[in-house]
Amino acid sequence: MIENALEIRHITKTFGPVVANRDVSMDIRKGEILSVLGENGSGKTTLMNMIAGIYYPDSGQIFVNGKEAAIRSPGDAFALGIGMIHQHFKLVDVFTAAENIVLGLKEGKKFDMKGAVEKIRAICDRYGFDITPDQKVYDMTVSQKQTLEIVKVLYRGADILILDEPTAVLTPQETDRLFQVMREMKADGKSVVIITHKLHEVLAVSDRVAILRKGEYVDTVETKDATELSLTEMMVGKKVTLDIDRPVVKNKKLRLAVEKVSCVNKEGVTVLDDVSFEAFGGEILGIAGISGSGQKELLEAIAGLQLVGEQSSITFMDPENGDEPVPLVGQNPRKIKELGIHLSFVPEDRLGMGLVGSMGMTDNMMLKSYEDGKSFFIERKAPKALAEEIKEDLEVVTPGINTPVRRLSGGNVQKVLVGREIAAAPAVLMTAYAVRGLDINTSYAIYRLLNEQKEKGVAVIYVGEDLDVLVELCDRILVLCGGKVSGIVSGATKEEVGLLMTKVGGKDPAEGGMTE
Amino acid sequence: MLNNLIAWLIRAIPFGTIILYGSMGETLTEKSGNLNLGVPGIMYLGGYAGYLCGYLYENHAANPNAFVCVLLALLAAFAASALGGLIFSFLTITLRANQNVTGLALTTFGMGVANFGGKFLLNESGYSSAPFSNAAFAYKILPGADSTGIFGKIFLSYGFLVYMAIIMAVILHFVLNRTRVGLNLRAVGENPATADAAGIHVTLYKYLATCIGAGISGLGGLYYILDYNNGIWNTSDQIEALGWLAVALVIFTTWRPLNGIWGAYLFGVLYWLYQYLPNLLGITISTYAIDLVQMIPYMVTIVVLIVVSLHKKRENQPPASLGIAYFREER
Amino acid sequence: MNAAAHVKEPFVRMAKRNDLSLKKKIFIRAIAILAALLVDGIFIFLITGLNPFGVYGVMFAGSFGTFMKFKWVLRDLATLLIVGIALAPAFKMRFWNIGAEGQILMGGLASAVCMIYLGNTLPNWLLLLVMLVTSVLCGALWAFIPAVFKAIWNTNETLFTLMMNYVATSIVACCTNFFRGDNAKMALINMGTKAGWFPMILGQRYTINILVVFVLTILMYIYLKYTKHGYEISVVGESENTARYAGIDVKKVMIRTISISGAICGLAGYLILAGKDMSLSTTSAGGNGFTAIIVAWLAKFNTFYMVLISFLLVFLDKGASDIASAFQVNDYMSDIVTGVILFFILGSEFFINYKLIFRKGGAKNA
Repeated sequence: MIENALEIRHITKTFGPVVANRDVSMDIRKGEILSVLGENGSGKTTLMNMIAGIYYPDSGQIFVNGKEAAIRSPGDAFALGIGMIHQHFKLVDVFTAAENIVLGLKEGKKFDMKGAVEKIRAICDRYGFDITPDQKVYDMTVSQKQTLEIVKVLYRGADILILDEPTAVLTPQETDRLFQVMREMKADGKSVVIITHKLHEVLAVSDRVAILRKGEYVDTVETKDATELSLTEMMVGKKVTLDIDRPVVKNKKLRLAVEKVSCVNKEGVTVLDDVSFEAFGGEILGIAGISGSGQKELLEAIAGLQLVGEQSSITFMDPENGDEPVPLVGQNPRKIKELGIHLSFVPEDRLGMGLVGSMGMTDNMMLKSYEDGKSFFIERKAPKALAEEIKEDLEVVTPGINTPVRRLSGGNVQKVLVGREIAAAPAVLMTAYAVRGLDINTSYAIYRLLNEQKEKGVAVIYVGEDLDVLVELCDRILVLCGGKVSGIVSGATKEEVGLLMTKVGGKDPAEGGMTE
Repeated sequence: MLNNLIAWLIRAIPFGTIILYGSMGETLTEKSGNLNLGVPGIMYLGGYAGYLCGYLYENHAANPNAFVCVLLALLAAFAASALGGLIFSFLTITLRANQNVTGLALTTFGMGVANFGGKFLLNESGYSSAPFSNAAFAYKILPGADSTGIFGKIFLSYGFLVYMAIIMAVILHFVLNRTRVGLNLRAVGENPATADAAGIHVTLYKYLATCIGAGISGLGGLYYILDYNNGIWNTSDQIEALGWLAVALVIFTTWRPLNGIWGAYLFGVLYWLYQYLPNLLGITISTYAIDLVQMIPYMVTIVVLIVVSLHKKRENQPPASLGIAYFREER
Repeated sequence: MNAAAHVKEPFVRMAKRNDLSLKKKIFIRAIAILAALLVDGIFIFLITGLNPFGVYGVMFAGSFGTFMKFKWVLRDLATLLIVGIALAPAFKMRFWNIGAEGQILMGGLASAVCMIYLGNTLPNWLLLLVMLVTSVLCGALWAFIPAVFKAIWNTNETLFTLMMNYVATSIVACCTNFFRGDNAKMALINMGTKAGWFPMILGQRYTINILVVFVLTILMYIYLKYTKHGYEISVVGESENTARYAGIDVKKVMIRTISISGAICGLAGYLILAGKDMSLSTTSAGGNGFTAIIVAWLAKFNTFYMVLISFLLVFLDKGASDIASAFQVNDYMSDIVTGVILFFILGSEFFINYKLIFRKGGAKNA
């Protein structure tokens, strides 16, 4: 007889106008490893956050061990034996491992650090964790921090462990270790839930797979009956015809050559590894990949906002100067502009990077051009005219062009940003998640704008997450996986792209046929 | 020579005690992530409330009892300062007002209340004294102050608040570093979101740390008036400078109460340097240069601040969320 | 389920709001000030038994009673306002310059030194010019030091600038002791020659102070709003990430802006020496460096709002002094009244930025 550790019934959760989960029902069994699979934005994390007490559902019920439970805080979840390991670790850097583990606990009368350390050691021995209780968190590697989070959850006596994309930050070897640990926990009778979108991991570690798509529950299948293809189909759904135009532009010209770009982030993790590609004027180059595969760093490297490794080379062919090659490595945004290069960039963080939230449209128009001219004073006439024009052309809904853009809705904010970047008459236009959080109409307006640019001969780079859109909109798609290029394809189906997204180690010979 | 050195220390230790209280309270407050720049105002409140209580008691009680007098003054000082901390907490934690600005306003307010009350309620001269309370506070509680020679003179000849400060520093150190409450509190100051996720009541911790911290700071004002200043209430700006020195001491000790003990006395030694060092060295310093010496504690603090920021050793940094309001945000 | 849903929604929760009209903002602030005056009134009544309305009447006369009193208001307003103006760009950039007090003192010190040592050698106009330049430079230097450390090593500027105040105080104390020699107090500098004093205009030397601050109010408004520098300050203050994206050199902007802030504080020191006090002491800055922080913050860096807030504070101060003499209480009362008003205004900001949502009674949950 199969016993359920946890049952979810008809859970719906909305954030403002966005429905994150709609009427989801599923079970977690005792002593199993369950994968929760879905694309970015499919509502996996939101759903699990409701089990862990981070969010509270708008409607629906959760049963733990057959009893209905109201989980209002992480504390409630702990009391029910539920522990979640978040993608962003919740650790205090200057504390030791042991201090982080006992933080917030109220066990016993006396504060017994020694006893706690012994208990931690016992847990570590049992599962073979490599954690030194008195090591400071700031001295730990990412993998150690994650282990610490797991120990923390186990220390609190969790029977249901939820891991939110745990392998995103791990090396293959570390991933294998983690899977081993998960199996041992399962053998111990615990339920382990792993949120992921990597198919091979699903197949490698889990007993069952629950699939979510666009906030809705699709199905749960036994892993032994599943294949990468069957899972992909369920994850991405039936092919949706979006009717996004893809005009053909003749006479494409090489505009940007990226060679051997590598990049290490603040934590010392390699986020870009030997990335090479070319972008042509008159085409849209899509960049696909699981979030955090290096998309952000790649665009920032081109824009001059990211330090890159020594071998790296980024070359721009200047159309205004007879396609003269100009090296971009080592430049900052201002220098790039001073070189006369029209490089536009719509970053992912719209209000935290692309725009100044407290300023109106007019002032945001001049963010990159305010320095023009010799005058000490700022020139607002042209930006004001531009703001009016964008408001008119893109139908930006705002009380006025001087209303702080922070007050506008997400779609209007994006129109302001994209409008400005396009108005700069770019030779290269880079966009990161340009339609994230936007409604259908605004999304199509953005696609239209990108296509217009393409037809003007601009090299458009489109980092996206919706594979349907990528496949229909882009001429070619570069797929990033773990900071490496796992393929550059044209005319591929979204299943093929989806498979490339989850390839470890980049170029798999089997996919060679699709790689250019 | 030796006499000079002894005299120097005997002046430095009481001076250090004033700012030790101030800095202990502020350390506790800052550990919760609140930067309360109202320390001078709080020390005024504590000093004045304690003094007022002692003054009224000794002038109205038929047979004033030293113990009762001390207890009343301590309670009054602590309560009044904690009330100052409560104003700060309510404005910055609940109403999310800016901490720096609120702290400075609290300093203005505290100074105003104390000096206004001091003049208005006690007598119109802005100067009055409470000799009985002073005697009660300055009473040398340790035996052997006069019989153990130099040792007694240097270490045993103070009122009880001097020793209580040391004991409190040790207790504070213990609480912060060896108890669950201390661990939780430090987590609140370092990373309130993590503390929140761990089920710690962030707001409650911040309130309590700030109010109790203010109460402790206020004892510094009390000690200054009733012991250090011989029980004389003098309406002046004297306490303000001491308050800022206490803030400096917090940085100097890198937020560690145990460092505070020697740090405070070192500040005391530096403060009185101008009077004793020239004699010790047998040189004469022009009177105008004396004031220059007074900046040494601040200079030393600046150097510590710079060194700490250069070194980037994590343990010595200010609490990571210092000065930043925390509120849980829905997506 | 129902019980759970009820517990889930707290009795009152808050949400950010950003759609408040100017009218409502003014209304909320006015309520705050009135509430503060009410609390102060009750306080005054309880402590002194004086009729609060009578007290406020006297208070009003403290600023508007005579033309002379009004001129003093303008003089003190100018001194407070110029420091607020100095701090505006720093705070707008989210750099906590708590060190205005020290920067003013260093500016004043530079002026005093020039007056004393160059008083007999230079013609007055040139002397005034030299004083101006050295004061501005000294003030700027005093701000430049912490700014450099902040820009390069991220040294905590709040604590650094705070400490710099007392270093400046010590230096000034040392110098004044040196200058005064055997005198008990430092007398007016160049009493006989009046070298380095502003000329009398409309019967007062501080007329120049008022004019300078008036001009500066407009200039700073323009600087922050209509110049490239001002634009950069806004962007850096809002988000360093955006600044980098826009190609702004954050370190350069920070050091430049803070130096300007310090320079204006130095200028304030110059005005105090040449037009107001003609003497130097450790209290020459008179706490304006701290009070101005509140002025700048509450005015949201708008120099014209600063005029209003400075006026309110000076008005309270003057009024309290008059109450002190009229009712024979002491003038520390102004600190209390000011403190309470500040608490209320600071607290009222919350109601401008957030709205409280009360749980609807009997809300149904599915």
